[in-house]
Amino acid sequence: MRRIKTALILFALLAIITGGIYPAIVTLVARTAFPAAARGSLIFDAGGNVLGSSLIGQQFSDAKYFWPRPSSTADHPYNAMASGGSQLGPTNPELAREVSERIDALKAAGVSAPFPSDLVTSSASGLDPHISPEAALVQIPRVAKARGMNEDDIRSIVFRMIEDRALGFIGAPRVNVLQLNIKLGDMEGKAYGKR
Amino acid sequence: MQNAGIFFDVAEIASFLVILTLLVKPLGVYMARVFEGEKVLLSPVISPIERLICRIAGIRRDDEMDWKQYALSMLVFNALGIAVLLAILLLQGMLPLNPQHLPAFSWDLAINTAVSFVSNTNWQAYGGESAASYATQMAGLTVQNFLSASTGIAVAIALIRGFARRSAQTIGNFWLDITRCALYVLLPLAFVFSIFLVSQGVIQNFSQPVKASLVEQYHSSEEKVVSEQIIPMGPVASQEAIKMLGTNGGGYFNANSAHPFENPTPLTNFFEILMMALIAASLTATFGYMVGDSKQGWAIYTAMMIIFIAAIGILYWAEASGNPILHGLGAYGPSMEGKEVRMGLGGTTLFSATTTAESCGAVNAMHDSLTPVGGMVSMTLMLLGEVVLGGVGSGLYTMLAFAITAVFIAGLMIGRTPEYLGKKIEVFEIWSSMTTILSAGIVVLVTVAIALSTEAGLSSIMNPGAHGLSEILYAYASAANNNGSAFAGLNANTVFYNLTTAAAMLVGRFVPAVAVLALSGSLVKKKYIPPSAGTLPTHQTAFVLWLVIVVMIVGALTYFPALSLGPIIEHIIMNGVR
Repeated sequence: MRRIKTALILFALLAIITGGIYPAIVTLVARTAFPAAARGSLIFDAGGNVLGSSLIGQQFSDAKYFWPRPSSTADHPYNAMASGGSQLGPTNPELAREVSERIDALKAAGVSAPFPSDLVTSSASGLDPHISPEAALVQIPRVAKARGMNEDDIRSIVFRMIEDRALGFIGAPRVNVLQLNIKLGDMEGKAYGKR
Repeated sequence: MQNAGIFFDVAEIASFLVILTLLVKPLGVYMARVFEGEKVLLSPVISPIERLICRIAGIRRDDEMDWKQYALSMLVFNALGIAVLLAILLLQGMLPLNPQHLPAFSWDLAINTAVSFVSNTNWQAYGGESAASYATQMAGLTVQNFLSASTGIAVAIALIRGFARRSAQTIGNFWLDITRCALYVLLPLAFVFSIFLVSQGVIQNFSQPVKASLVEQYHSSEEKVVSEQIIPMGPVASQEAIKMLGTNGGGYFNANSAHPFENPTPLTNFFEILMMALIAASLTATFGYMVGDSKQGWAIYTAMMIIFIAAIGILYWAEASGNPILHGLGAYGPSMEGKEVRMGLGGTTLFSATTTAESCGAVNAMHDSLTPVGGMVSMTLMLLGEVVLGGVGSGLYTMLAFAITAVFIAGLMIGRTPEYLGKKIEVFEIWSSMTTILSAGIVVLVTVAIALSTEAGLSSIMNPGAHGLSEILYAYASAANNNGSAFAGLNANTVFYNLTTAAAMLVGRFVPAVAVLALSGSLVKKKYIPPSAGTLPTHQTAFVLWLVIVVMIVGALTYFPALSLGPIIEHIIMNGVR
């Protein structure tokens, strides 16, 4: 009996500390020191409307935008309330079928082989905000044509948007698709958010 | 993709191994001093809180327990944990901090989830953002992340005392051990780590999900226009930190550490890997310090690292080689299906190897989509019994059971009574060590056999062919060894899988834990025998290699047939389709 009583009291105390006080203090410190990050690294337009988060990818399919990685989230691509991957195994015929469909779509849009793997496979989270620099570079001719812009101008924007490995060797170089597309909208002198 | 990236990948993996090894001794000795009740750096801040908790709960700090009292306290405390978490999950709809008005968990999913988080498995048959409220995540799941980790570490410390104490009866005080573990070890590390995570972009708030109006509206496949994105919110960083540190692995979101809000940058990825390996690795030094011979701790650490480094190498090679089927279609580079760009191939494969070497189970890539050999390495690390670092505490105590077995087999070969750390190894020690080692294996083989021979088991398979067998084998390997990662194509949220994996998790966690405490209870009574000319030295290279061989042989004998029908066949098929 005494053992059960001790267990009950100790459980209650440790639950209050680890499940109440600890997250509360973390929240307090986080909001004070890193308010934007704690709230989701949101991107706003000039009118203060939320356009998205710089960490969460969005779907783009218009030729004038850079396209993100394919997304396998439930219901619709880049559904941020249902993160997840396709779970397709390496020898599943469905995987080969999907990849070859995506390659056909890229070819139809004027993107030529070879295709960087990340541009034709779906990400683990379904919300990957990045593509590899290679996957951005192969899209430049298509985007330039759709926007009536010079390829070199777009290429210089893409190069400026490449994020390097952390400390020069951790992770992979990458381009944030949403930020790149917003940047392109700015370059055209259009208010982003308008369609 | 970036094949030139191999130099950076090797640099990332190597620096991880070096930093981990440098941290083993300082943290290991710190933990030893905490559990021996000595004064440590944080004592001035924490010891008043510790004293207050002890006073309220009526814990006398000089009260010692024998192994039966220790085991009973551990079981009562964990049963209580299951009951409370079960209540939270079943009452979720009525509890506060639920801005999305999420309903209660179904009964079978609630049982599965409660057992899963209390047993430090964190197998998840639900998607966090769409099923669990802020109250559930924080007051239910985060609490068990701390308490299940503390339980594992406490049992390991109790076993170490069995070696360290001589001609004694008691192995410590369970209440005091878990309290000290939570207060002195887990909370300070989790606090610092969670603030670092927020600085990199991991969210920490109690806001409603945010609506964003999309830059480009588009038609989804169902011909309906998608014009906004709902972005989830919540207290993620505080849970993420302890999820990695306590080798729990249960993601706040469905995509776990692949989700940009859980693991936003290459740096968070690096440190999440480091944090999940840190405590289990350091416990080897705690062991060495407490038994009074740090070389014994390094020997165990070295044996673990030999298997670990080999596994990282094979997994990296398999993923770097990519999928010939996709290459044939015109895509170049490693298969990025189920991977995230920012992690890089090094950061992805190191995470996958570490999360299964550790019994953590967090993932930053979808293991179901790994190459067959990559998936097999992950599976094998679990099937070996989670002894390559392993879960916090459980990895060390299972590895020490292997060490006793290795000493025993060596003793049989040279015809001497085996001894380990000056304690004679007799019938009871072998009996309890084998119970510790084999219980997970028996559970895996029996549950996989049941799943493979029933419609309920087979109908959850998603991927066809040999990969389907791998999905089931992976599921029970993960549950019985308290890992928690999955080949997540398998539809695990069915009554059949919820109940059978819950049973596997319970047996895989608590049978070894009780056997280890019994082992400690037997060892602690023994006299110390000074080493003689006939004693097998257990801190030298020969023993380290012998220990590795014993671990590999037990694993291979138990699982080779199943692995050859799953990933090995799939590897041959994949490469045949050139």
